[in-house]
Amino acid sequence: MKTLLILGAGTAGTIMAGALRKKLPKGGWTITLIDRARDHYYQPGYLFMPFGIYEEDDVRRPMSRTVPRGVDYREADVDRVDAAANRVFLQDGSEIPYDVLIIATGVRPAPEQVEGMVDGDWRKNVHEFYTFAGAKALTERFKSWQGGRLVVHICEMPIKCPVAPLEFTFLADAWLQEQGLREKTEIVYVTPMSGAFTKPVASGVLARLLEEKRISVIPDFAIARVDAARKAIVSWDEKEVPYDLLVTVPPNMGAEMIARSGLGDELNYVPTDKHTLQSKAHANIFVIGDATDCPTSKAGSVAHFESEVLTENILHFIAGQPLRSSFDGHANCFIESGHGKAFLLDFNYDQEPVTGTFPLPAVGPMKLLGESRLNHLGKMAFKWIYWNVLLTGLPIPFVGHQMSLRGKNIPPKELKTAA
Amino acid sequence: MPTKTLAGTPVDTDEEGFLVNHSQWNKDIAAALAAEEGITLGDGHWKVLDFIDTDFKEKGAVPGMRRMNKVGNIPTKDLYALFPDGPIKKAAKISGYPKPASCV
Repeated sequence: MKTLLILGAGTAGTIMAGALRKKLPKGGWTITLIDRARDHYYQPGYLFMPFGIYEEDDVRRPMSRTVPRGVDYREADVDRVDAAANRVFLQDGSEIPYDVLIIATGVRPAPEQVEGMVDGDWRKNVHEFYTFAGAKALTERFKSWQGGRLVVHICEMPIKCPVAPLEFTFLADAWLQEQGLREKTEIVYVTPMSGAFTKPVASGVLARLLEEKRISVIPDFAIARVDAARKAIVSWDEKEVPYDLLVTVPPNMGAEMIARSGLGDELNYVPTDKHTLQSKAHANIFVIGDATDCPTSKAGSVAHFESEVLTENILHFIAGQPLRSSFDGHANCFIESGHGKAFLLDFNYDQEPVTGTFPLPAVGPMKLLGESRLNHLGKMAFKWIYWNVLLTGLPIPFVGHQMSLRGKNIPPKELKTAA
Repeated sequence: MPTKTLAGTPVDTDEEGFLVNHSQWNKDIAAALAAEEGITLGDGHWKVLDFIDTDFKEKGAVPGMRRMNKVGNIPTKDLYALFPDGPIKKAAKISGYPKPASCV
């Protein structure tokens, strides 16, 4: 009996467990899934909690309902991977040998990496919305908000779901209007990048939207510390941005276990072949989702597209064949823009987000890089799709792991790089 | 592609003045690129430039801030003192490497 071991039961790990359980013979392979958590969280839902759009039960299910049938689940803390010995050590001292290992341990916000961030004001006037606890605390804080200076801030790149801070800003603008507090609230968007988003065409569109919504942008801001006593963030070149409420995205680090195992880079991301998803250091270790150092967005859609490639490649690997399936960096992101509307981005390693229709040319029905109510309904419907289709490993109609150029309006000078 | 003369040598650059061809780079060109940014290169600057050079040859990319700190042992504070206003971008330019790719 051989063992396929998966570390991390988030989106990527759960999809892989289900997909491989369908493909690997039950008599020949045990699939073991390890995570420290008791519950599975729908992470895109955290964004909606502070605005009362989602409640706790929308985003949380017990693992017993999400772990695929035929998969052995262990709730445990991993101490380290001993890659040379093909073994994983748990913090309770036990060890699990593996034949093939999948690392799907994701990233975590690491506020302690910024001087002064977790002192004094943390979870009081300094918040984040990338964890269940953080989204809950911010929900409470908003209940007593009477106006002032709201600063939405990104510490450093890369971060999970790079559009989420913008969505948060747009949703906050709309919510404040509904509460009659928008005129009493100044919204400031502070980013270490030189613009609102990482990719040029989308950055232009989103910058215009920020302007329309009277949100000021402070670019090129590299945070050195939070000065909680003076309620300000301070940059390395001593610029100061005062806040009444700071909603920050802390640095995103991979799991500490990756560092303890000597498998990661300076951010604890695992160096990974960006096409095959095999770890660069060990042939029988594969990496998926936020845990990789692949140059695409850290996002659930990426994990989903990667899972199709990785399932095939693991079957190739087990059969002793070359890894023939190749990931192109495909990401597909809805951007909530407030008032029941949303944008949609579709891109990969080579093709930046552009305008057009999705998933079908001309027909759509969804608009790429344009604001529409249908895009928003798509995002809202996604929660159902996530729990009922995506996690169970069923395919999503019309949307494959390879990004399609159909329906995209590509500027002529870019066509050759996209081909 | 723009061409300009630095330290008496013609070099190819992109629109923002980053060298396109690292083989055209040398220490005199580094000094000329630094002068354009109002920087006079000293030992502290060279520690940074040497690390970028070594790391680029190994990894194929200009190291980010955290990599400069952890792997290069260069504190962020020093980087801002040596290369004010966007140290990574400026140090990449002076070391003759491309503008760091915007993160995703």
